[in-house]
Amino acid sequence: METPEQIKSRLEAALPSAKIEIIANECPAGERSLLVDAPSAFAAAQFLRDDEQLRLDYCSNVTGVDWPDKELTEKVKVKQVVEGVEKEVEEVKKTVRPGFLEVVYHLYSMARKHGPVVLRCRTENRTDRTQLPSLTPLWRGAEFQEREVFDLYGVVFTGHPDLRRILMWDEFEGFPMRRDYVAPDDFEYEPTPHDEVLAEAKKHYPAEAKAEAKPEVKA
Amino acid sequence: MIEEGLKNELQKQGVYVTSLQELYNWGRANSVWPLTFGLACCAIEMMAASMARFDLARFGAEVFRPSPRQADLMIVAGTVTKKMAPLVVRLYNQMPEPKYVIAMGACAISGGPFKQGYNVLKGVDRYLPVDVAIPGCPPRPEALLHAIMTLQEKILNQKLTGPDRPRHLNADVAGEFPVPAYGKHDLEPPNNPEVWQPPAIQR
Repeated sequence: METPEQIKSRLEAALPSAKIEIIANECPAGERSLLVDAPSAFAAAQFLRDDEQLRLDYCSNVTGVDWPDKELTEKVKVKQVVEGVEKEVEEVKKTVRPGFLEVVYHLYSMARKHGPVVLRCRTENRTDRTQLPSLTPLWRGAEFQEREVFDLYGVVFTGHPDLRRILMWDEFEGFPMRRDYVAPDDFEYEPTPHDEVLAEAKKHYPAEAKAEAKPEVKA
Repeated sequence: MIEEGLKNELQKQGVYVTSLQELYNWGRANSVWPLTFGLACCAIEMMAASMARFDLARFGAEVFRPSPRQADLMIVAGTVTKKMAPLVVRLYNQMPEPKYVIAMGACAISGGPFKQGYNVLKGVDRYLPVDVAIPGCPPRPEALLHAIMTLQEKILNQKLTGPDRPRHLNADVAGEFPVPAYGKHDLEPPNNPEVWQPPAIQR
């Protein structure tokens, strides 16, 4: 199968307006993916499906990723005049990368027996501009998985034939797989809490936590 | 009421004496018909229990009914999600009295490994009166057989009259259980206070 670079260059030749980026992956598998901008995502996916060499006719998996706002720290060397002498001083520069939602498609070819090609799309932000083109018209199998991404992450797929919640009930508010989702506080007593549950237990049963901190003195 | 000693003596002479209560309970205990109804992986063990190797038919409980109107026993086999819970309660309401509930597996008892999740009920006992709880993840078919035997014992010991008679013979007790509604983040109410209260620590 072609490398991501080859696919990228052919995609760019076919769709001059598309902005395509290759995302590196540092894990041992090193599976790299193609990041396509939202306006040209549908055309790019159609190219990948219909191209004679690729023929990616099977969408095996659709998933969502939530990327909250991230503070990036960068050390920059700045020339400064300290007590009349010019010195190089390290300064920490902080920038905030705005958050976004990402949808990942894993594409395979049944006809050519190769794959996967990983396709990613990102929304503009996490609040009001969360629209992405639906790829269900191209791969019918993406329908329920896109509904799941909509249900749990809140990505609105334009062009989806039936965009409703699929796992949660219709009256549910919020998107439970987002990192900032706060579930209702319905903690219940557990005999052997640990990790996050232990923190919850201490919050709900402070007397219990105090009694455990002081070991009993045996006479 | 006939004395136990006299009853045994008569039985030796070939005279069998029984009470209506015993006869009624004997019949009920040996034809517990479960509802065909599985929610997760525990249902696979339930199916295995009903097949030839474990043979639930030995206990008269092999007739899995496809309609709640014909079932006596609800085996809650698997994870009860908050989305599914109202439907489980509705199915239970549609079963005729006398009816029993077995909570099968860690999820049906307490939510199991999903207890701290956002969409799993922390035990079906929040809405339904559970008669027998089977621990395990999933429980072996033998555990389900044991639960059926425990339930049979419970049925055989039920008294048809008196203050501790079962719910279906007590006209003052409501037979229907309220179906919870879907809320914004949780079910409303989060539990049925008549059957379940949050646990309190006793020291």
